[in-house]
Amino acid sequence: MSEHLSTKNLATVEQAKQLGLLPEEFEKIKGILGRTPNFTELSIYSVMWSEHCSYKNSIVWLKTLPKDGEKMLAKAGEENAGLIDIGDGLACCFKIESHNHPSAIEPYQGAATGVGGINRDIFSMGARPIAQLNSLRFGNINDERTKWLVRGIVKGIGNYGNAFGIPTVGGEVYFDDCYQINPLVNAMSVGIAKVGETVSAISEGLGNPVYIFGSATGKDGIHGAAFASKDITEDSAKDLPSVQVGDPFWEKLILEASMELLKTGAVVGMQDMGAAGITCSTSEMSAKSKTGMKVWLDKVPMRQKDMKDWEILLSESQERMLVIVNKGREKDVEKIFEKWDLTYAIIGEVTDTERVQYYMNNELVADIPGESLVLGGGAPVYHREYKEPRYFEEIKKFDINKISDVYLDANKSKIENRKSAIDVAKALASHPNICSRKWIYNQYDSMVGTINQTTNAPSDAAVVKVKGTDKSIAITTDCNSRYVHADPFVGAMIAVSEAARNIVCSGGDPAAITNCLNFGNPYNPEMYYQFVYAIKGMSEACKKFGTPVTGGNVSFYNQSNDENAVFPTPTIGMVGLVSGNKKHMTLDFKNDGDVIYMVGENRNDISSSQYLVSEHGVQLSPAPHFNLDEEYNNQQAIKKLIADNLIQSAHDVSEGGLFITLLESAMPRNLSFNIQHSTFNIRTDAFLFGEAQSRIVISVHSSQFTDVESILNKMNVKFEKLGTVTNGNIKINDVDFGAVGEYKKLHENSLENLLKS
Amino acid sequence: MKVGVVIFPGSNCDRDAIYAFKNIFGFETVELFHKDHDLQNCDLIFLPGGFSYGDYLRSGAIARFSPIMQNVIEFANNGGSVFGVCNGFQILCESHLLPGALLHNDHQKFNCKNVFIKTQTNNSLITSNIALKKALKIPVAHGEGRFYCDEKTLESLTTNDQVLFRYCDENGVVSDTSNPNGSLQNIAGICNENRNVFGMMPHPERAVDDNIYNTDGRLLFESILSVVKSSL
Repeated sequence: MSEHLSTKNLATVEQAKQLGLLPEEFEKIKGILGRTPNFTELSIYSVMWSEHCSYKNSIVWLKTLPKDGEKMLAKAGEENAGLIDIGDGLACCFKIESHNHPSAIEPYQGAATGVGGINRDIFSMGARPIAQLNSLRFGNINDERTKWLVRGIVKGIGNYGNAFGIPTVGGEVYFDDCYQINPLVNAMSVGIAKVGETVSAISEGLGNPVYIFGSATGKDGIHGAAFASKDITEDSAKDLPSVQVGDPFWEKLILEASMELLKTGAVVGMQDMGAAGITCSTSEMSAKSKTGMKVWLDKVPMRQKDMKDWEILLSESQERMLVIVNKGREKDVEKIFEKWDLTYAIIGEVTDTERVQYYMNNELVADIPGESLVLGGGAPVYHREYKEPRYFEEIKKFDINKISDVYLDANKSKIENRKSAIDVAKALASHPNICSRKWIYNQYDSMVGTINQTTNAPSDAAVVKVKGTDKSIAITTDCNSRYVHADPFVGAMIAVSEAARNIVCSGGDPAAITNCLNFGNPYNPEMYYQFVYAIKGMSEACKKFGTPVTGGNVSFYNQSNDENAVFPTPTIGMVGLVSGNKKHMTLDFKNDGDVIYMVGENRNDISSSQYLVSEHGVQLSPAPHFNLDEEYNNQQAIKKLIADNLIQSAHDVSEGGLFITLLESAMPRNLSFNIQHSTFNIRTDAFLFGEAQSRIVISVHSSQFTDVESILNKMNVKFEKLGTVTNGNIKINDVDFGAVGEYKKLHENSLENLLKS
Repeated sequence: MKVGVVIFPGSNCDRDAIYAFKNIFGFETVELFHKDHDLQNCDLIFLPGGFSYGDYLRSGAIARFSPIMQNVIEFANNGGSVFGVCNGFQILCESHLLPGALLHNDHQKFNCKNVFIKTQTNNSLITSNIALKKALKIPVAHGEGRFYCDEKTLESLTTNDQVLFRYCDENGVVSDTSNPNGSLQNIAGICNENRNVFGMMPHPERAVDDNIYNTDGRLLFESILSVVKSSL
């Protein structure tokens, strides 16, 4: 075996640039190594120092997010996913991650491999996934390419998740022109582990064998290298598929094998192979433990002949795991690999050199200090410039008085230049951002595992039972990116608050969040401003709710050029606990005659509402009214009312405003509502369709409303009695809005009709 | 009664089935791995849902050839009770232990939702205790669940009282609109002529736990229990 580094193919600054590195980064690499890297080494640096692996343009700000909490078992960034203590010796492990760019090119495989990747993050820590969610953003639904993306992405998520066998229990979908070129696919997974029986991504114990197991390695997903490979292997570059292909069957097998491996006690550390494949897993595990590793690339099981060393290193073939095993326990783990018919091999061993050394056919092809590759080590860290975006000036010009209000009374003849509230109500109920997502979620297995409590008892967050305990976990993903675009600071606070509100309305206590930060080009100061202020807003809100950030991911460059970047979309994935065998709170009205209240305050506000955008075509307006203290207090009031068994339902006011909230509460049991708009100085459109935050609609049995009112008064929380649950037609100020069934038909069938046409 | 739940690579409803049999109803329940040949003296073999061997060919087409299935087939041919749900039903059809086949849903999409089914006969282990008029709310979750067979088979299924369940609406009305996948005559579950092999697409094991607010599936398990009790 040659311990002398191959000096064939010394890299050039041109290659570095083609691989996405800056000239100064190339110089930095030369400084670290004390010599010019060869092409293989340069390839390694290029992926490890890419935005995706190094967080070089975001880490400065990510570090300002609140990370501490009494329930935290792992700090953000320390492990593959967040880990919180849920009592009874159990931990909840969860994370959200983006797969935007692959999904834009090949929606089916892009979305499928996103689901695969996030689940591997969970079970590589020793937690068995129990629930999945996804947060999707698409362009105009009337566009043929959008329809193709929706069908492909939904089928990809469904086919992968369904076969993997973990229920998809929730998520969100929005359509806006800003996502036309660049859709967003954010996938979240939640798992359960025993405290003290989780695994870390570490590599310790001199001489311990390093195993790869799962699928064989092929040439798929070698993006960066493919561009630069022209000078090196002109012929092989042509057949590199750029998008990885997922195989949920293998994923299921490596899940079961991983769970059995942990029981042997032979595992030192484990990590899945995601971005940058073998390179990333071997260097991150070594750097974390301040150890070294020898890796024999020719030992890696391969799908095709004649793969180059750098192709093996950078391959992003799916469903592969790296595991460090205690020496002497090889037979115990190999028995498990064989039980599950998995491909496996010892590809290396742990050393004490603090260098990752890759060999190909006994020749040393790369020799790099592990620490120099990773985030927190030698990877570059940048402070980027930011400045207030110019479009803020347009937003400040918004004047509600220039927008004509709707009129309520359908019996009166049409009022000139004003829309009928009934017409608007129907249009919103069928709007793609508001209507039922049934066409999508029926394609996902939501009930496997027999823990989904919201199938038959719907609530604002998904609620799943932790079998064998008195607990359930409430989970939600939220982000209204229009609000974030209008005001990144307030919009991000709203995203966190809405997530917390959904958990609270489901009877849970918010515990922690994971975030998926989808933004445009970080080198554009106006876009970086959105990022910086969204982080600041997120921090504020997370501190208020006591929900630390456990990790997540950053996805920049969601654009095809600076003029059409997506709305800044910091998707929040939040988990909360419903403890003590309590039933979760549901969103549906229960009985004819129950009293309907709104907790919170109606405002004369239509800013950034779906109504303003789709009915008046106003794209730029401020974020809706929001006050963090008011939000917090209102949530505390809802918690108290639920704890005292005083309410029948709770549902927050979000897109579409109060009318849509009432409709959503009425539809499940085919009930209806009769309400009065009695607040002076509040326009009819603001009352019905405005999206001022921190409002929650509750229904109360007529025998309990005095108790409810006294608690709300005592807690100094504003509220308004709106009316009653009925069996008849919808009535607002005695105007007949028609039967709930009529709206239900529109609401349920709209998405399917839009996608069909 | 001892129940054996077969685990194929890619099975994913095995744990739910074991939870139902063992934790909810107290059956002695064991796992049977696909590579084994030992049915461990079980009285009832249960084939769970999932995507056996990935189901990349036709659902159940590979599982039929797995080592343990050779013993399951022999067991069934000797009169042993075998019950398959979803992928289990598909495997039983592929193994020719049940007549007919399960084709891609007529709408060509995977479909997971609550549906209603109505019991057609009490003359079987899994339906002995279910009122014939009652519409049971049971979830489906499949892409290939459209029951199909030739006319002669269909006739014999009816003549021999082998149709166990049909899809209906919440009021028990069997119609095209209550058919979630285009199955012939809304057939959701059948048994073989000897009445010891049972298959259905809906998942009764997903409707037994109070925690998820739907327990209509209990009636099937209670039927099995009542047969066990009466034979004691």
